Formats: sequence, structure tokens, C-alpha cells
Amino acid sequence: MQFESFAEFINMGGYGFYVWLSYGVTFGCLATLITLSVRKKRKVLIEIAKKMTREQRLKENRGTKS
Amino acid sequence: MWKWLHSYADPERAYKLSGTLLPWFSALAILLIGTGSIWGLLFAPTDYQQGDSYRIIFIHVPAASMSMAAYMGMAVASFIGLVWQIKSADWAAAAIAPIGAVITFIALLTGAAWGKPMWGTWWVWDARLTSELVLLFLYLGVISLYASFEDKVLAARAAGILAIVGVINIPIIKYSVDWWSSLHQPSTIKITEKSTMSTDMLYPLLINIFGFGMMIGAITLVRYRAEILARNGMRPWVRELATAEEAK
Repeated sequence: MQFESFAEFINMGGYGFYVWLSYGVTFGCLATLITLSVRKKRKVLIEIAKKMTREQRLKENRGTKS
Repeated sequence: MWKWLHSYADPERAYKLSGTLLPWFSALAILLIGTGSIWGLLFAPTDYQQGDSYRIIFIHVPAASMSMAAYMGMAVASFIGLVWQIKSADWAAAAIAPIGAVITFIALLTGAAWGKPMWGTWWVWDARLTSELVLLFLYLGVISLYASFEDKVLAARAAGILAIVGVINIPIIKYSVDWWSSLHQPSTIKITEKSTMSTDMLYPLLINIFGFGMMIGAITLVRYRAEILARNGMRPWVRELATAEEAK
């Protein structure tokens, strides 16, 4: 362990702002990217399901006209 | 071999295979990045010149090197898609592009946050920094080209050509610190000779580089699966999944 106390760890030898800025932004960006990527699958599937419902309705309407 | 390869170009098999691989990549990524970062932040020795500011290296170097590796991966996938008309490869390229853009942004930002205390400036227009910025624009170009065509076969061709032409930028980034004088330090990790870095700093760095690689692999798989579904909305197996998802 390189640091004597938690406060010293946060301080990072006076470079705390730069070190934690880097780690903070990295973590934030990656968390956002991962969340959006994971949600994308459900979004795509729901869109396909909606399209299927539309097609179904179109088919039924055509059926009554002829 | 071609027959064997082509069976994985089948969308359903590609979807299932990437689903099987995903937990392994994710677990390795979490394990490696967790170990590397804690080691780097808490246990690696303080640098005698740069003090504790150098601890930014444990994300800056992995992000920067993987931003180039991801670009090569994307370009190779585009090339396969263009030459052999394998759509699965085009979808893989489309899946990598946004991840590469985020990783490149992280490399630039952590570089700036390290440059400010060490060089006295957030940014200089020198070869290394500028070529890495060009890499970000290349990623953004590929993303927007792929997004701007309704016909995704055409979109993949346009984006693929840009991705392949952009490969010229990769050796420029890699060797910029040797070819031009720069504020940026030359590389400390060497493959053919002994690295100019003490091992208790080098190991956590290498662990994080592999960790970032695994993480990019994992996110690529997640996005690749969604891309396969989006491009195969007419197929019965995708429609089954869609019905099941809607019922949830």
C-alpha cells in the first residue's frame, strides 16, 4: 500500500483533481456506453414487434376490402 | 476452412455464438480491470519524477492503445465485408465504431488531464495528439456514414471504404513520437526489447491493457447481437424473439 491514510489517497500527492477527473470521466463514459449498448437489444426487438403488428393490421384491412 | 467460416456468417449462429462468448469476455474484463486499477492506484510505487499524477497511465495507455487496436479490428471487418460480401462482418464493424469513438475520447481526455499538471497545458497541436484526434473524427465519420443510409448494405460499403482508407492514420499515431519531436513521451512498453518501466508499474498496466481489450470485446458482442437482430427483422427466429420480448 502506497498511501498512509484515505485522505492521502484522495489527495494523490497533490494531483488528486487530475487523477480523479481522469478516472471519473472514464468510468462515467464506459458506464453510459455499456448501459446504452445493453438496452439496444430490447429497443430493436420492440421495434420489430411493432412492425409485425402493423403488417398484421394491414393484412386484415386488405382482407375485408376484397 | 471457408465452409467452416461461412457457417459462422449465418446470422442466427453468429447471434448464438456471440451470446455464448459474452459472459466470458465480461467476467475477464471486470476481473482484469478491477485488479489492474486497484493495483495501479493503491499498490504501484509513486513515480520519482511525476509523483502520483502518473497513475493516470493505467487508463490512458490502455485506452490509447486499444483505440488503435479497435480501429484495426473495425477496418479488418469492413474489408472482409467489402471483399467477400459477408454481411455479418459489416455488422461487426458497425458494432465496433461507437465503442472505438468512446475509447478514443477517453484516451484524449485522460491525456489532457495528465498533460495539464506535467506539461502545463491541456492540449498542444503536435503529431501524436493531432493524429489521435483525427482517429476520433474517423470513428465519428464511420458512425455517421453508416447511420445516414436507409439501405444498410450501401451504408456498410460507404462506411467500410472510409474505415479502410483511415487505416493510414494508425502507423502515423504509432510512430508520431519517433518521427516528429513532441511533448508526448515515446513508448515505454517495448515488445522486442526490455521495457523501460519498473515491473511493479508494468504489470498493472499490462493487466489493464488486456482488460480494456476484453471489455471492448464484450461491448462489441452486445452491440453486434443487437445489430444482427436489427438487420434480420424479417427472419422467423428474430420475429419469435421480438414477440417474446413484447410480451415481457
